Parts: sequence; C-alpha cells; structure tokens
Amino acid sequence: MPRETPFHERTRALCETYRWKDWSGYHAACSYGLSPDREYNAIRQGAAMIDVTPLFKYDISGPDAGAFLARLLVRDVRKLKPGRMSYLCWCDADGKVIDDGTCARLSEETYRLTSAAPAMHWLHRHARAFDVAIRDCSDSIAALALQGPTSRELLRQVCDADMDALRFFGLTETTFAGGGKGWLSRTGYTGDLGYELWVDNDNALGLYDALLDTGKDYGAVPVGLDALDISRVEAGFILRGIDYIGANDAMIDAQKSSPFELGLGWTVKLNREETFIGKDALTREKNSGSRWALVGLDIDWLALEALYAHHDLPTQVPHCAWRSGIPIYHDGRQVGRATSGSWSPMLKKNLALATVEQNAAAPGTELLIEWTVEWSREMVPATVIKTPFFDPERKRA
Amino acid sequence: MSKHYDSIIIGGGHNGLACAAYLAKAGRKVLVLERRHVLGGAAVSEQVYPGFTYSVCSYVVSLLRPQIIRDLELPKHGLEILPLECSFAPAHEGPGLVRWPCADTTRREIARYSAQDADRYPEFGREMAKMARFLKPIIDNPAPDPTSLRPKAWRHMLKLARPFKNIDERKLHDFMKMMTMSSVDFLDEWFESDILKAPMAVSGIIGTYLGVRSPGTAYVLLHHYMGEIDGAMRAWGLSKGGTGQISMAIARAAESYGVEIRTETSVERVLMRGDEAYGVVLEGGDELHAKTVVSSLEPRLTFFGLVGRKALPEDFCDELDRYRLRGSSGKVNLALDSLPEFKCRPGDGLHMRGDIAIAPSIAYLEKAYDQAKYGQFSERPYINIVIPSLTDPSVAPPGKHVMSCFVQYAPYHLAEGPEAWPSKREAFGDAVVDTLEEFAPGLKDRILHRQVLTPWDMEKDFGLTEGNIFHGELSLEQLAFLRPVAGWAHYRTPIQKLWMCGSGTHPGGGVMGAPGWLAAQTMLKERAV
Repeated sequence: MPRETPFHERTRALCETYRWKDWSGYHAACSYGLSPDREYNAIRQGAAMIDVTPLFKYDISGPDAGAFLARLLVRDVRKLKPGRMSYLCWCDADGKVIDDGTCARLSEETYRLTSAAPAMHWLHRHARAFDVAIRDCSDSIAALALQGPTSRELLRQVCDADMDALRFFGLTETTFAGGGKGWLSRTGYTGDLGYELWVDNDNALGLYDALLDTGKDYGAVPVGLDALDISRVEAGFILRGIDYIGANDAMIDAQKSSPFELGLGWTVKLNREETFIGKDALTREKNSGSRWALVGLDIDWLALEALYAHHDLPTQVPHCAWRSGIPIYHDGRQVGRATSGSWSPMLKKNLALATVEQNAAAPGTELLIEWTVEWSREMVPATVIKTPFFDPERKRA
Repeated sequence: MSKHYDSIIIGGGHNGLACAAYLAKAGRKVLVLERRHVLGGAAVSEQVYPGFTYSVCSYVVSLLRPQIIRDLELPKHGLEILPLECSFAPAHEGPGLVRWPCADTTRREIARYSAQDADRYPEFGREMAKMARFLKPIIDNPAPDPTSLRPKAWRHMLKLARPFKNIDERKLHDFMKMMTMSSVDFLDEWFESDILKAPMAVSGIIGTYLGVRSPGTAYVLLHHYMGEIDGAMRAWGLSKGGTGQISMAIARAAESYGVEIRTETSVERVLMRGDEAYGVVLEGGDELHAKTVVSSLEPRLTFFGLVGRKALPEDFCDELDRYRLRGSSGKVNLALDSLPEFKCRPGDGLHMRGDIAIAPSIAYLEKAYDQAKYGQFSERPYINIVIPSLTDPSVAPPGKHVMSCFVQYAPYHLAEGPEAWPSKREAFGDAVVDTLEEFAPGLKDRILHRQVLTPWDMEKDFGLTEGNIFHGELSLEQLAFLRPVAGWAHYRTPIQKLWMCGSGTHPGGGVMGAPGWLAAQTMLKERAV
C-alpha cells in the first residue's frame, strides 16, 4: 500500500478531487482541481507547490565521496563547488542509462544524489573500494518543488536565503518560516523559474503552511502531477520509465538506451583521465554513432484539423499530457515511437517527445505519427524540432 | 528625404498591426502610424495607476484567430492566453450561479434553481457549438455576397455553405429562428430560470444599443460559442500582461518581418490625386508616400475624417451616415487593496477566477435598457467583471488586485447630448461602484484607484466613434457583405488604393485580428500591393 508523504495531511485536505496515483510507493496528487489548467497556469504565471518527496535521495559523505561519485556518474561532480548542483545520468558497464537525476555538493565532503528509481544497491555495490558513508534519506527528507515566475519573490518572504546570490543550479542551506532549517536549490522539472525545497519530515507541514499562507499573494497553489507533466513535456525533460527504460529494468537489450540516444550526451564527460562506469562503451558509441535519437515533434495542426473535419468533428486535443507509445513512420516504414506528448498551452503547438532512428532525427525532418480519430487509425505529419520546446529566459535567471 | 512604402497603415491597433505583419511577411515594405504613445488601439494595456496594469478597454479574448497565432508565431513574440475558469452570476438572494468547466458541478449549481434547466444546459451547449461551427468558415473568409451575380461570388458562397449540407431541416429552422429572434425569446425556448438566462442573454447585446428583448439579438449568442482556446470551443481567456500584450506580440512579429512602426504620429488626412490615394499628411504637415494606404480606423473616421465627403460618392456618404455606431457601454477599471468578497458567496474561492456577470434577472436588464432608451446611463447597469490579477499575478503587486468592469448601458447619446459626458463621468463611476457594493459589500473601501471610461472618452482617447467598441454595431444589417457599407465589404473603398482593415469591416469587432488578416490576404491576392 502506498504511504503518505510528510505533506499529506495538508495535500489530502486540499485535493478535493480525490485524484491520486502511486509514485514510487507514495500517494501523489494528480490534480487538485477538476482540470489541470489552473495548476498548469500556476507553474507558468504564479508559483506551483508540487510535492516531490517520492524522489529517491541519497547523502554520500566521506573523504572519498567525490571520487566515488565521479566513478559512478557520467560527469565529474568533484568539479562542482559546494553549493552547486548538476543534472546528470549514470550508466551500466555497457554504457546504457540506469537513471537520471541531480547531484548536489552540500559541502566539501558531502553530496546528495536524487534519482527516479531506488539506487541503494547500485551505490553500495560500487562503494566497497571507497571511504564513503551512504545514507538513504529518501524517507526522512520531504521535498517540495516551488515552480513559477513568482517563486523567487515568495521565497524572499519565507526564508532567509540570499535569493539574488542563488543562481541556476545553486543551492544553499536556509531557515524557512515555520519550517526550520533545510536546503533550497534553484532547480526544477518544469522549465520555468523555480526552486526545490528540502526539509526534514518534521518541518514539512510548517513549511507548507507558511508557503500556502504567504503564497496567497503570489498566486501560489498546490499543483499535481498532471500539470507538472504538461510543463515537463514543454521543457523537453524526459521521464524514466516513460521516455526510456532504465537499464536495470529492461527485459531485453533492445529496451536500453545510451545517454547519447536520450539527448543526454552533453552530460557525459569522456575526456577524464580516470575511468567511470560505462566509459569504454560510451567512447565506442561516441566514435561509431548511436542508433537512436530522442527528438521533439511538432504535430501538424492543420493536418489534424483536416482529419477531424473529415469525421465532421471539431479538432480535439487531450486535456492532459499523454504517455502511451505511438508509432512514428518515415518513408513508408516505422522508424520509432513517440513516448509522451502534450498540447502546449504556452506555445499553442501539439508536441511530442519521440525516439527515432538517427537518419530520421535531423531538425526539419517530416515524419508521420499515428493518430486515432473515431477509432480509425490515421497518419498526421510531424516535424522534428529542437528541444526544449519552451525555454524562457527566466528559466536560467 | 522621403522613403517609399508599399503600404502605410493608419492606426496601430491589433488589426492594423496584423494587416501590416501579413503584408510585410509577404515581402512588402510597410509603415504603421499610431497616434498614441502606446500601440494596441482598444486592445491596450496601460499602468494608469503605478504597479497596476489595466486592460483599459478590451479585457477578454476568445476569437483571436488560431491561424494568426500560428502564422505570426505569436507565442514566440510573447503572447500568452490564460483561460477564464468559470462564469459567476451573483444574486441578491440565494447563492447565485456559477457555471464551472465541469458538467456535473454545473448541473448541480443550476439545479438549485431549476432541475429541468440543469439537464438541458449541456444539450444547449452542444446545439450552439454545432451551429457555431457553421458560422466559423464565415469569419475565416472574406464575406460572401449573396446579392452578387458573379460566378466567383457564387462559388465562394457554395464553399462556405458546405458545412450546411449535413444539417437536418429542424436544425436549419433553429438556425433561422436564431437569426431573427431576441436573445430572451430564444433562451425562453430552452430555460426557465432567470439567473441562468440573464447572464447568457447579455451576450446578445454587448456593444449594441439594443435590449435583450430586441429582435435580432439571439444570433450574437452564437458568437460566444465560436470562441476557442487551444482547440476548446467556447473558451474565453485573458492575455497575460493585459490585452495590450496581444497587440504587442503582433507588433513584435510585424517588426520581425521588417515593419516600421511610429507611435505619437497623427495622420491629418489621406493624400489624393484625383480619386486615388498615394500617401498621408501627418499632423504638422509632413507627407509620407506609399503605393497603398490602409486605414484600420472606424469607417466614418476614415472617410469623413481623413478623406472628406467631397471626394466621396453621395450614396456612399449616405450609407456611412446611416452606419450605426451609437455606443452603449463604458468601462470602469479598479485597483484594489485586497480581493473583494461577494455577499452571496463569501470567501476568496475559485468562483472569482472567471468572469462575473452582474445580471441577476431579465427584468434587471430590461430596466437598465429602459433608462438608456431615454438617454440616461443605467443606475443599476449590467456589469461584466474580471479580476485578471487572480490568474496573472504580473498585473498587480502581491496581494493587490485589478478589477475590470465592462458596463452597459452608458449611451453615447445622452439626453443632454454626448458633450455632457465629462460632467457625468464620476456620477457614472459612482453608479457602477454603488451597484457592485450591493453585491460585494466593502468593495468601496478596497478601491485604491478608479478609472472611468465613458463612451465620450472612448471616442476622444481611442478613436472609437460614438464610443462603439466594435467600430459599428454587430447587428445583422451591418455584418458580412453589408459591413461597413453594401458593395464595399471586401476591404476596398471608393478611393483607389485606399483600403480598410479595421473592426468596421468583415467579420467585425472583438480581438479577432480577422479583419486585418483578411484585408492583407485580399490585397495580396488582388495584387493591389
């Protein structure tokens, strides 16, 4: 049975729709209101309070912490200064992605790794040669994402951090109003100006109340996973288990992906002297080329309109993001699949993330995506476009 | 030094800018001239009171054509449309009515007043949406002219009539009824409860000098089912940063195609050689020349103001004289210290995040019209309110709010004459605030600043002749092939090389952008520029 996050006492009362789902063994609200519109708008116009406690969190400390993580991860996190954070992934020995997440350097010898799937075994298995302590704080630290254009001004009112000094992918320890001490990072999964707040479980409710109360003046509202999903598609962020299968969850090799195939090649630093897990395989793939590529698709609206008109229907797009695999065709054969997509309220485009063969991945390539109207399977043109789809200046500000 | 332009567009409202953008996108050299210091015309955002952004005139958006958003890549240029979430009709007694984006919640709301209405409401919505779909091609094409005998005109008609081929006879009857009935009569065929009918009926009279029982007002209801946001029909929204941001997004798109835009530049008159336009004279005497001149101004202002009666055919002048403007509405914008609270539904809940209609009954609306008929503003008017700061925190400081109130009736033609408006402005503002205070006690104490726009102000400040927000009433006899004048509905004018592209042309007013877009398409197609 899924358990409750430390924010549950509040979110349960607020989630009047009773629409919940299981996220890594926790009850997670899909949407607090009847449609995700208002919550989506909080992400893009106000401040969205999203309970992201179900993320897995590991604190790795000790004299070898940096060396250990450098061995494990595709980038050398020793290059991070204390108070900096990085997005990255980690691979198996074959260079296939196990998971993606963030790594923060809390202090000289302490790092915090977040992951979508449990990683305790993987961490321990490789830690034997290093002088490190690994602490699984997944269940003891409550995490709340505060995302949206007003989040910075709101946080000025509820914590004592120097908000102007906290840059993109920076983090700092701070005292929250009503929430005791915790960490504040300038990160998120929405592609907007935003933060993530990390506090001990005991401090979760106090923090939530303070944000909700002060947040009234800043358009802050609780936001569920449905709205988050729309924003992460717009931001072009992939999701483990949806857009790719973690190497240790795959049944067959064909289900695995390399970082290059997931558009995460930029996180892989091959020009390091020391080895890291998967380095040889990744070096080989870098030289010989990858089979797949993760691309953004802009599904042709006029063609969609024509398709619906043919059935005498007005054009309809799903209210929420979708995440069912949909075949993609090029030159008369299937070349891949779209793995998630959404109508973008910001860009007024019908977007999808897809994995396609390399030769169909160049921006501007015209592909076909399957689209079902009135139980009839049809094809609609979709153009490969660059991600992130939505990339406002304030994202990095 | 005189630069030569392919087109000079008079007026930097959203239609002028859209026309300019399309012409420039097709490679033409275009100059836009705007009299005011800000772009947007009546689709404008201004900080009249520091820290608070008012959508001074137009305040909601629904019919902005999706193809314009796509073609001009408006999201890239800053356009953001935020959906309005519900419709709230406060009442003096009882809880009032909120129509939510959820069918079951809405059904229960309506059932408090009438169980039958509650069940019929979704059916009504479906029928209206179906009928609205027949009309959609009409606003996305130049007006068909059934009186023309030219084969081209007939082909065009047949194309637009295509959606009607599957319609059954009964539907056609409903449709014909709609074209002739009054809003109230039409709604009476469906519903019995006043609190539901009244706010719906007003959609039929917005911007006209008619009452909800005046014949011909029913079909305007359809306009409200034609709107769409993100593929969702009949959705209404707000523009982030106020309605002016729509104009600004179009302006930025236009500039990206090379359009030159000059603000604080008044046009004195259109330059003519015989019956052909070749440029404009600016206030101060400077001349600018162009192959074509396009006016986005209200037609009477264009022809009587910038061209002059002498240069125009008598018949055309007669028609223009008869063109009905007679504005009937005002606007009150409020900066509030805190969120108001409605007596019938206390609290700061979701019900205030949509539009709020002060229209408690049909009798209330009729009474409001009665006063207007005899040249007075309504003491208890219909008010359509939005509080954009709830969905878009960028328009007010934290915790403060902007309240936009569209008010009808405020007839341009006061019994004492329109010149009397400046002396009645504050009394009119008081009537609005007093009305609101009855529904939301304590509102007065929350007001930090009040901007009152009478039809007189709209004429003087925004070039809306007689204060008509649509550049001419959207009544049947002034629409489609009759707009603005029969025979001149395709953006051409009796003056060669002078074109029209404003809301006074087909398909009319509202923040649609369609007149500007269609005018540009027509000019390009006919190789006029």
